[in-house]
Amino acid sequence: MSVLVYTENWDGKFKKLSFELISFANEIAKKLNTSVVALSIGKVEDDELKKLGNYGAAKILSVTNDKLAGLNNQAFTSVIAQAVAKENSTVILFAHNNTGKAIAPRLSVRLKAGLATGVTSVPSDTEPFTVTKKTFTAKAYANVVIKSPVRILTLLQNVFGIFESPVSATIEPFNPELKETEFKTEVKEINKVTGKLLLTDAEIVVSGGRGMKGPENWGPIEELATLLGGATACSRPVSDEGWRPHSEHTGQTGKIIAPDLYFAFGISGAIQHLGGISGSKCIVAVNKDPDAPIFEAADYGIVGDAMKVLPELISAIKEIKAG
Amino acid sequence: MKILICISNVPDTTTKIKFVNNNTAFDTAGVQWIINPWDELALTRALDIKDAQAGTIENITVINVGLHDTEPTIRKALAIGADKGIRINADPKDAFFVASQLAEVIRKENFDIIMCGIESSDYNGCNVGGMLSELLEMPSVSSVSFLDIQGGQVSVTREIDGGQETVATQMPFIAIVQKGIAKEPRIPSMRGIMGARTKPLQVTEPAPADSLTEFLGYELPKPKAACKKVDPDNVKELALLLHNEAKVI
Repeated sequence: MSVLVYTENWDGKFKKLSFELISFANEIAKKLNTSVVALSIGKVEDDELKKLGNYGAAKILSVTNDKLAGLNNQAFTSVIAQAVAKENSTVILFAHNNTGKAIAPRLSVRLKAGLATGVTSVPSDTEPFTVTKKTFTAKAYANVVIKSPVRILTLLQNVFGIFESPVSATIEPFNPELKETEFKTEVKEINKVTGKLLLTDAEIVVSGGRGMKGPENWGPIEELATLLGGATACSRPVSDEGWRPHSEHTGQTGKIIAPDLYFAFGISGAIQHLGGISGSKCIVAVNKDPDAPIFEAADYGIVGDAMKVLPELISAIKEIKAG
Repeated sequence: MKILICISNVPDTTTKIKFVNNNTAFDTAGVQWIINPWDELALTRALDIKDAQAGTIENITVINVGLHDTEPTIRKALAIGADKGIRINADPKDAFFVASQLAEVIRKENFDIIMCGIESSDYNGCNVGGMLSELLEMPSVSSVSFLDIQGGQVSVTREIDGGQETVATQMPFIAIVQKGIAKEPRIPSMRGIMGARTKPLQVTEPAPADSLTEFLGYELPKPKAACKKVDPDNVKELALLLHNEAKVI
């Protein structure tokens, strides 16, 4: 038996979510009295692979085949299914992100293994296997039983946390069989920013809404994000207007994030926006309208002009940082 | 070319979520039902392509797994512009069950492109599109934010962390779509609503299929403590609270 984790790297470095997934897997493995196996697809150096051992991965299967350089849902499903068979895995974990959402449902059918997505905590019971998952866009949570003997979960990012639990990890090259018939899609072009903090990985997010008046006023939002080592985000009207890229839109139909600290400047807090940020551990809202719904979700708030508050907040934080 | 859009019938996104029967069932009293927002975006994009390229797309069909009460939602899709509706007459027990039902119907017809919203706004599963592709052994591209057809070739862009990828795919294929695929959903015109009444809505009985998961009950999020308001003339206090009390900076 084992708990198998599908890890993800970005240009050879593991994403933060991979460490969180291993930490989560480690807790489940303890409950099931078994061990954690990590699967890595792509070119990752041994020193980087070994890092997974810090969080409890006893074995790391490393697949480096060039044919798997771009995500291909069918082929990746095959690779993971072969790893499951080899390691006799009864629980398989993915992040609840673009990749997890693309592969986990296919794997569920391939293995006829029940899938629970957007899971928020370790199983409350292992027999029957019961987990809590997000529903109604975080307006409620559901307790779900997975009835099959093999179970697949996708974990909401940033809800469990990263915990060290060092073991000496063995790295094992893994060469799964690849069928030509499963390569029906091909990545033609990749257009991504490298070296920039991912919004979903960021611990601090500074976000602006229509109250920021226009794209020319985003300077202080970016300055605050840089000062705190965080990422920038925006509300839906802002991305619809083209003031900011769509990739920054947080909300029900955009990115769902759960940072430690979320700043909402000039965002009224429509229910659809709150659906994307309600998992944040601390929410700070600045809005002119005292009745804006964002204040119901916020931990701290200022009723005032975001454009006036921002520069003052930046200098106050600079003072604190300077000690 | 024929396009199929899988649609889910969900509570309006502004619905106040409540549960009944000792928190084991969603309280449907007074709920307005809509086409799942992501599925509606898929339909919008298919209609946009059909309008822009007369003759390329011969038919847009919408399909739903649901009991009789989902028909107004299917009729709305027809009013917006879909040509045909199919309802598989079953209570959608879980994603695997729904995908199995869809696969049964799709195997009997030839669609070139099948579009599914990436998730439904009620159970937030993100399951059906991927499961359906695997059941049909078709290629799938997920998180699709752009789709176009030029000279019989389909061009797809998908979102990845920190950017986008352009993906080439064989057809038929399943596009699992998200935000960006279309901008504003269409509002049905009076003519569309009248026309929808006479468009075909085929009802099919379900095939035997399993469910792999079961929803036991629901919990509402814990109520949040009241927001601590800081005087706008004392912004420094906010910084100090975040540093000393919340310990987040």
